[in-house]
Amino acid sequence: MIPAPSYPLGGLPVIDQADLLVIGAGPAGLAAATIAAREGLRVLVIERMDTPGGIPRHCGHSPFGMREFGRVLTGHSYAARLTAQAQGAGAQIRLNTTAVNVAEGLATLSGPEGLYQVQARRILLATGIRESSRAARMLSGERPFGVMNTGALQSYAFVERKSPFRRPVVLGTELVSMSALLTIRSVGARPAAIVEAGTRPMVRWPLGLLPALMGVPRHYGSRIADIHAKDGRVQAVDLVNHAGVSTQIECDGLVLTGAFTPEAGLLRQSGITVDPASGGPVIDSYGRTSCPGVFAAGNLLRGVETAGWCWAEGKRLATHILQDLQGTAPPSAGLDLRAGEGVKLCVPQRLIPTPGAPFAALQLRLSEPAKGRLVLRNDKGVALWSKPIDSGPERRILISLPQGITQLAPQRLTFSIENRAR
Amino acid sequence: MKFDVAVIGAGVVGCAITRRFALNGKKVVLLEKGQDLLSGASKANSAILHTGFDATPGSLEVACMQAGYREYLDIHQAMNLPALETGAIVAAWTPQEEQALDGILAKAHENGVTDVRRITRAEVLAREPHLGRDVRAGVLVPREYLIDPWSSPLAYLTQARAHGAELVFGAEVQSGQFDGQHWQLATPKGNFTAAHVINCAGNHGDLVEIGLLGASDFQIRPRKGQFVVFDKPASALFGSIILPVPTERTKGVVLTRTIFGNALIGPTAEEQTNRSRATVDHDTLETLRAQAIRILPALADVPVTAVYAGLRPASEEKDFRINAKPGQNWLTVGGIRSTGLTAALGIASHVWDLYQDNWTVPFVPVTDPVIPQMPNLAEHLPRDWHQANRSPIICHCEMVTEREIRAAMDSPIPPGDFGGLRRRTRCAMGRCQGFNCLARIAALTGDKLVPPLSLGVQE
Repeated sequence: MIPAPSYPLGGLPVIDQADLLVIGAGPAGLAAATIAAREGLRVLVIERMDTPGGIPRHCGHSPFGMREFGRVLTGHSYAARLTAQAQGAGAQIRLNTTAVNVAEGLATLSGPEGLYQVQARRILLATGIRESSRAARMLSGERPFGVMNTGALQSYAFVERKSPFRRPVVLGTELVSMSALLTIRSVGARPAAIVEAGTRPMVRWPLGLLPALMGVPRHYGSRIADIHAKDGRVQAVDLVNHAGVSTQIECDGLVLTGAFTPEAGLLRQSGITVDPASGGPVIDSYGRTSCPGVFAAGNLLRGVETAGWCWAEGKRLATHILQDLQGTAPPSAGLDLRAGEGVKLCVPQRLIPTPGAPFAALQLRLSEPAKGRLVLRNDKGVALWSKPIDSGPERRILISLPQGITQLAPQRLTFSIENRAR
Repeated sequence: MKFDVAVIGAGVVGCAITRRFALNGKKVVLLEKGQDLLSGASKANSAILHTGFDATPGSLEVACMQAGYREYLDIHQAMNLPALETGAIVAAWTPQEEQALDGILAKAHENGVTDVRRITRAEVLAREPHLGRDVRAGVLVPREYLIDPWSSPLAYLTQARAHGAELVFGAEVQSGQFDGQHWQLATPKGNFTAAHVINCAGNHGDLVEIGLLGASDFQIRPRKGQFVVFDKPASALFGSIILPVPTERTKGVVLTRTIFGNALIGPTAEEQTNRSRATVDHDTLETLRAQAIRILPALADVPVTAVYAGLRPASEEKDFRINAKPGQNWLTVGGIRSTGLTAALGIASHVWDLYQDNWTVPFVPVTDPVIPQMPNLAEHLPRDWHQANRSPIICHCEMVTEREIRAAMDSPIPPGDFGGLRRRTRCAMGRCQGFNCLARIAALTGDKLVPPLSLGVQE
């Protein structure tokens, strides 16, 4: 009775073969493509946009490329360099091409040619990340034009050379929020205010001083309670602070910064297991997803890391994929790790204790600032490991568990924050 | 220029009436205060074509719904408008709701919807295995459809325009004079003269009557409805429209798939005084999401892609407020609540009959009507991006091509604002809500939308 809400998967032409198909030409995907192509593999990279480079391509500012090229570049030139490097190594980049489904050994793509399939011995998902939308944040108020993410604003400024507004409010104080302030300035607009729910900026000192240095009014400890519209545009936002006091700020836009979420549409369409905590795929220490032969790296794994970090992940994972293609598949049994109370995410979700795994260290993030102990317990509630912790949210926490833990029999373990000091 | 009829308001009802009168050879002008059609109540609904099984028996509402339902199913294929038959299940979750099912069944039969039947908990769960396990029983309503709530009124209007109807946007009717034969209506876009006026002004309908006739025999009490839309994987979790057992006041919160391949829950029913401010509210949206998860627990892991709110023009009575005012050459079409999408074509025929009954105006129907071909936006039918030699995809979440956006901008009734472009193409309607595509859309639309999506760079 109900037709599948989908495109025709059957009967599509298989028009290409690759040793490695990389989906997404951002830092992680291009790094992996470069390594694999240098080893003589047939590498195909597909990118849905008409320009390769991922998020950095629309970042008009520095610093990018310290780790990769030993110099400071703008995001735009960094993206161009990564692309040239992958192409120079022999990787083929196909632009304007979208993956609509991946399975073991086979990807369904939509390109200018139409719908087709590519057989690939290994597939690397590197589809990156985006900021949470207004809808996902469930912000109250009217829904006029002028509410957008930093990513959209950057595309206006650095790709189209346009501005969507003259006097926007910025919500959030992550690293990307500082980029939003600079981007607003670069199009001749003036930030009307910067708003943060926490009592201080999320970004580390001294970057957190930027709003003050730019003379932007700061409303920390406040949330957006209402959005007002006039003639289809933002007219003002209402803020409420911790004490319940309201303030109205006149503005003609609202930039929603940060609160990054993996671009996981392809995972869900393909039935690959998604971790509700990270929003990205469940992977093991070898970057393997729930679908055999399909790997993942870069910011698809979690929100949000620097371009350089993603590049390094892509590089390490490619080295492992080369070994995997030669038939040296590592074991798959390990410890299943979960994010519990106070912990936002843990990647990889399965720790396989063999040396040299590309995701040997665990990456954790907290859901809110915390001072206390980070504790790892088994399903019976027994504490197996702990360490003191004092961290803000959205900060990288790297954990290398001792051998006594990593060598335990496969089981499920949970990280949580205990003994909070505040 | 003198028109036979001026229609006030380009909601779904105004569009359907404009079409009906144009097809009957009348010279129609449609005056809309927004920058595009569907700028008011009609832009936010649950996008379902109802059988009318649960409407009040004998009401004008059920008559219009059932006539509208039949006409939609007659014309949709020729216009390339989608209709996906999913059927509905009225689900009972408490003993009290279970007791109400027999009444629902009796009402359906009274309304002539005789294929409705009770189903047991086991049958509910066999049909919808992902439904919450605490469901107790249900009523199965076959022949309920998902439709595209925006392309259909656009199709009605495109057809009307092909037969001479004039559409004027940004034309709020500010005042009017009736000289015994003609109305002269004043708008910011100039004065318009017409022999008859049909008031389809939705949430402002009573105010238009007070302003032009001096009084209104009904009072609009806007009722706000908020909706939460889940990402596309949600639509794999269920097939049927999941209806609640209705209360006296409202049909309640519906969980349904959409023709675009998402799932939505809504609407709330919140009495309003403000007629134009349709806000979403964080806590209400969270409550709706939680309600959806109670009905279909697997939705807990599906991200929210969109939220919206609309005002429906409820009046102090439940039934539609449609009547003719013979001495004043005036037809009132008011109080069209949530069933307006289903009923629109039926309302249009009914209003035509009232027009003929009261004024017996001679007319010559169009003999060979133009049948507009609407671009398909339904997920289960071929989309532009499936085609070989497709143009670049601009919106990657909803897979909207550059060609589709250009075609909408160059169409006979181009979008007047960003909402209109979104409704015509689905661009920026998906999970990223414009993160990837907004700047590109701004470049493609230039200064053609009000307000424009870009202001240029100030040095």
